[in-house]
Amino acid sequence: MPKKITIEPVTRVEGHGKVTIKIDDEGNVRESRLHIVEFRGFERFVQGRPYWEAPVLVQRLCGICPVSHHLAAAKALDVIVGAGTGDGLTAVGDKMRRLMHFGQFFQSHVLHFFHLSSPDFLFGINSDPAIRNIIGVIEHHKDLAVQGVMMRKYGQEVIFHTAGKKIHGTGAIPGGINKNLSIAERDLLLNGADPMNADKMVEWSVAALAFFKAYHKNNTTLVDTFADFPSNHLSIVRKDGAMDIYNGVLRAVDANGKRILDDVDCQDYDKYIEEEVKNWSYMKFPYLKHIGKEKGWYRVGPLARLNVVDFIPTPLAQKEFEEFKAYTHGKPNNMSLHYHWARLIEVLYAAEEIRNLLKDPDLQNEDLVVKGEKTNKGVGVIEAPRGTLFHHYEINDNDQITLANLIVSTTNNNEPMNRAVNLTAKSFMNGQKEITEGMMNAVEVAIRAYDPCLSCATHALGQMPLEMKLVNANDEVIDTKSK
Amino acid sequence: MIKLKRRALIYGYGNPGREDDGLGIEMVKMVQNWIDMHKLDCMTTDSNYQLNIEDAEKISEWDIVVFVDASKDEDLHEFICSKVESSDAKVEFTMHAVSPAYVLHLSQKLFNKSPETYVMGIKGYEWDFKEGLSDCAKLNLEQGFQYLTRKLAGWALIKKNLPISMLS
Repeated sequence: MPKKITIEPVTRVEGHGKVTIKIDDEGNVRESRLHIVEFRGFERFVQGRPYWEAPVLVQRLCGICPVSHHLAAAKALDVIVGAGTGDGLTAVGDKMRRLMHFGQFFQSHVLHFFHLSSPDFLFGINSDPAIRNIIGVIEHHKDLAVQGVMMRKYGQEVIFHTAGKKIHGTGAIPGGINKNLSIAERDLLLNGADPMNADKMVEWSVAALAFFKAYHKNNTTLVDTFADFPSNHLSIVRKDGAMDIYNGVLRAVDANGKRILDDVDCQDYDKYIEEEVKNWSYMKFPYLKHIGKEKGWYRVGPLARLNVVDFIPTPLAQKEFEEFKAYTHGKPNNMSLHYHWARLIEVLYAAEEIRNLLKDPDLQNEDLVVKGEKTNKGVGVIEAPRGTLFHHYEINDNDQITLANLIVSTTNNNEPMNRAVNLTAKSFMNGQKEITEGMMNAVEVAIRAYDPCLSCATHALGQMPLEMKLVNANDEVIDTKSK
Repeated sequence: MIKLKRRALIYGYGNPGREDDGLGIEMVKMVQNWIDMHKLDCMTTDSNYQLNIEDAEKISEWDIVVFVDASKDEDLHEFICSKVESSDAKVEFTMHAVSPAYVLHLSQKLFNKSPETYVMGIKGYEWDFKEGLSDCAKLNLEQGFQYLTRKLAGWALIKKNLPISMLS
């Protein structure tokens, strides 16, 4: 009798998701789906609110990446208040926001590598789940765990000093920022006592990359063949082709590197990108309109960014980028586990940019805000840690939000994640008579590579426990597991 | 002069943009006002959306730590305050919900520090996208505040300024 296996929720990603795997009588995987069980409703909630509240309101979306939403919303409102579409801020406004963004980028990627994905690299996908977790990492690789904690702390400190506070930061406002960086704050971040300084963060970022590359060298077949499938890739890039996670134009390439979206203005995103709704998930499926639903889906995030950009404008990360590109002979990299490699290159890039920005005296300037002629529509697009993030707002004459459309990073990766799950399930489970913990973890490894944020803004004590269900095609529970 | 026997950190977490999920944050604001009013040295507060791995390093610097959060537990009335043991730590299924036990465990393992740690859960009822606590949650918050400040006063060596009734 055909069986349906459910993994709910997915371990070690942010938020709650459910994986359903349908197996036929021969034990072959027929279909796999990643369900998103959260219902957001945020886009309706903000309607009617004054537009200037958006950069703070949107931070309620997610406790993991509030800064990304804060900045994307601020960028959209820059357009509305007449401060331009990304290049119109003052030097201090632009650079403070960038510093905030790099702090967010750095700490988010660090958390993912050290505490979410490193257990799989250190112990192996099929290892005992009792040690294949961060507590196992602490027992066997304490120095790595300490580094992860301190690097996270550093990123959070950068955010604190640029956003103004930890919760509902107000650093970015329409047209600019509400504070600069004082000399004391700069010195704290740039030259703090070891390890809390910019140089140490660069040094540790280099070491983290070396760690992954050593793992890759010893596990090449697994890393290169795991959930390897062709796809399009999308990101924003600076107009000269450089990596720029804060501002740029929209570019996409296909699996062979051919440009399929050629540096379009982010304000026109809705001419090129549409979202499909499917009846089995609350999360939508974005795709490139001119290519169509079937073939127009794309990946975003670290792997996509490195496939789309021409170069990285910091020396150490650029050197790593060249090695990364050479591995696939200059063609796009379609190997899912190489997300981790790309992510660590971005950690290094972020660390270098934080150091550069901290040395820039523009951060102490006093001209914080720019205003111009108001319009009633604005789009802000940013590269969040997990991928391209779109915020689109429209307002009425009373300055109230009448329309809000958000395409969050993880939504962009919805189809790729589903493909990765399907490929992995077939690869590890086909023909097997017994479904093991290691097999189920393999499916989760595929999802974790994308660092999805399935988003939950509440975390009160007493949240639901993790439950795994094995059900047959009639949805009768065969087995359950709890974590 | 208020002399503290031991140094205490009161750390509230939650999303104040989701109604009663902001209970931990509100408690911390009230406690900080109380600390300031009584000029209590070596006692402080902090807050965040959720507990993070780097909080292990933060709590390692304190002798007593009280985490405060909202609770959805249907069996809970008003509030509960429990001691946290690192043996209760388990790998959370999402890093979005790092537990107090997990943070304590990290502090012990990474920094060799074991502060006396408690977690206070305050019963909440409403969780929509809205600022402000529900009326019932406010009542629970006040009860919890009275309890917590009595405990904090008991940890301090009070020479003046606080009424005897506040000591546990």
